Amino acid sequence: MMNEAELKYSKDHEWVGVDGDAAYVGITNYAQIQLGDIVYVELPEVGIEIDKDEVVCAVESVKTAADILMPVSGVVTDVNKELEDTPEMINTSPYEAWIIQVKIRDMAELDGLMNESEYADFCEKED
Amino acid sequence: MKKTPLYKTHVELGAKMIDFGGWMMPVQYTGIIEEHNAVRNTAGIFDVSHMGEIFIEGPEALAFADYLVTNDLSGMTRGKVIYSPMCYENGGCVDDVLIYCFGLNKVLLAVNASNIEKDYAWISENRGSFDVSVMNLSDDYAQIAIQGPASQDILQGIAGKWASLSDLGFFAFADGVLLGGREVLISRTGYTGEDGFEVYLRPEFAEQLFLGILAEGKERIKPCGLGARDTLRFESCLPLYGNELSTEISPLQAGLDYFVRFPDREYIGREALQRESKEGTRRRITGFEMIDRGIARHGYDVFDSGGKQIGFVTSGSFCPTLSKNMGLALIESEYSSKGIDIGIGIRDRITKAVTVGKPFYKKKYKKREEIK
Repeated sequence: MMNEAELKYSKDHEWVGVDGDAAYVGITNYAQIQLGDIVYVELPEVGIEIDKDEVVCAVESVKTAADILMPVSGVVTDVNKELEDTPEMINTSPYEAWIIQVKIRDMAELDGLMNESEYADFCEKED
Repeated sequence: MKKTPLYKTHVELGAKMIDFGGWMMPVQYTGIIEEHNAVRNTAGIFDVSHMGEIFIEGPEALAFADYLVTNDLSGMTRGKVIYSPMCYENGGCVDDVLIYCFGLNKVLLAVNASNIEKDYAWISENRGSFDVSVMNLSDDYAQIAIQGPASQDILQGIAGKWASLSDLGFFAFADGVLLGGREVLISRTGYTGEDGFEVYLRPEFAEQLFLGILAEGKERIKPCGLGARDTLRFESCLPLYGNELSTEISPLQAGLDYFVRFPDREYIGREALQRESKEGTRRRITGFEMIDRGIARHGYDVFDSGGKQIGFVTSGSFCPTLSKNMGLALIESEYSSKGIDIGIGIRDRITKAVTVGKPFYKKKYKKREEIK
């Protein structure tokens, strides 16, 4: 569904797929490998407005719980309910398993995110 | 950072390594759930070389060990293993240990990795007039656990004619057993709720045996990390020191009453424990199942249905075998029976759960009559 080359990436390992002023948000392949077997996704309520870098929801693996931070400020317009019963989709296809859809408040915030090659370099430094 | 003799082996096998109490240990190789299921269905092999080995030797070795721990060692004979908490005078827990009896004059205490120095100091300073010497030989031993229903078959394949594992009973050990051409100490013990073995051997033989067992077991065995070790012990409700047991949590509060004996003998902590046993524990480790979605984690607060805080979560996880989110919590004793509605504080809300019996997964140990 998502073309990795066209996605934007945050330092907290979220990917952002932009379509006009809407964006799909998920976690990257690097993030799902770090977390291991994902067994629960706590989805936010549709309609809440959250600022960039604030906690929007959580993804839990067998071993740990990880907060998902808003990569851009905006209103949550949809959540991926399929993840309630099949959270492991994030492991098997991280770039298809979007978690939330956001209406972006300030398009300029997208400039602070990385492109695919910048993100690949960033991950290399993390290891 | 400390490394076990199998560090290089883990890295070569593609393990994800983490800092576990100062040790570089594999948390997983391919995935915690896959490794967990391997142990439940066939077998898994774990490096547990970080665990400590403290020997007590001398004419009063067994008597001194009996004075240190809450279980009753009076029935112990050469070749037997027993589990016991080891307590302070106030009933708080120093550690929980396995005691290997070599006879009246020699015992081995297998202790938790994070407690090695503390245990050694505690044991040494309580020696008093006992005619014993205490040695911390943790660096001289590697330890490998082979767990799961196919463990015996796989290990017998390695041992060949040199050892008969079917002769080794539950919580029994044999020393000087030839396994893969090397002398090892092997016991039918473990920390997964399955039949299985723990092997103590010299560090320089560890890699050869570890890889030899993997080759012998082929698709029936998987290397397993500490992640699966934790989910396996958790489903079986085996306590983890630091979670269900601590300096603040007595073995009675942890529900280990069976391992706290009050025969006609003295041991450290007896007075406090006997008093607590008589008066009834104020709080108790209690199992619970999540009703709402969510996973309880160590340290989360627990509330009663009226919103009063009644304790905290000691361990919580998704249980791969049960496909349920379960937890253990230290809560006020009046809430510790089955079927009571409780709430778990997960992030910013209280999530519904209900108390259940323990263990969550019925242990599949092979007692004497079942070993073929």
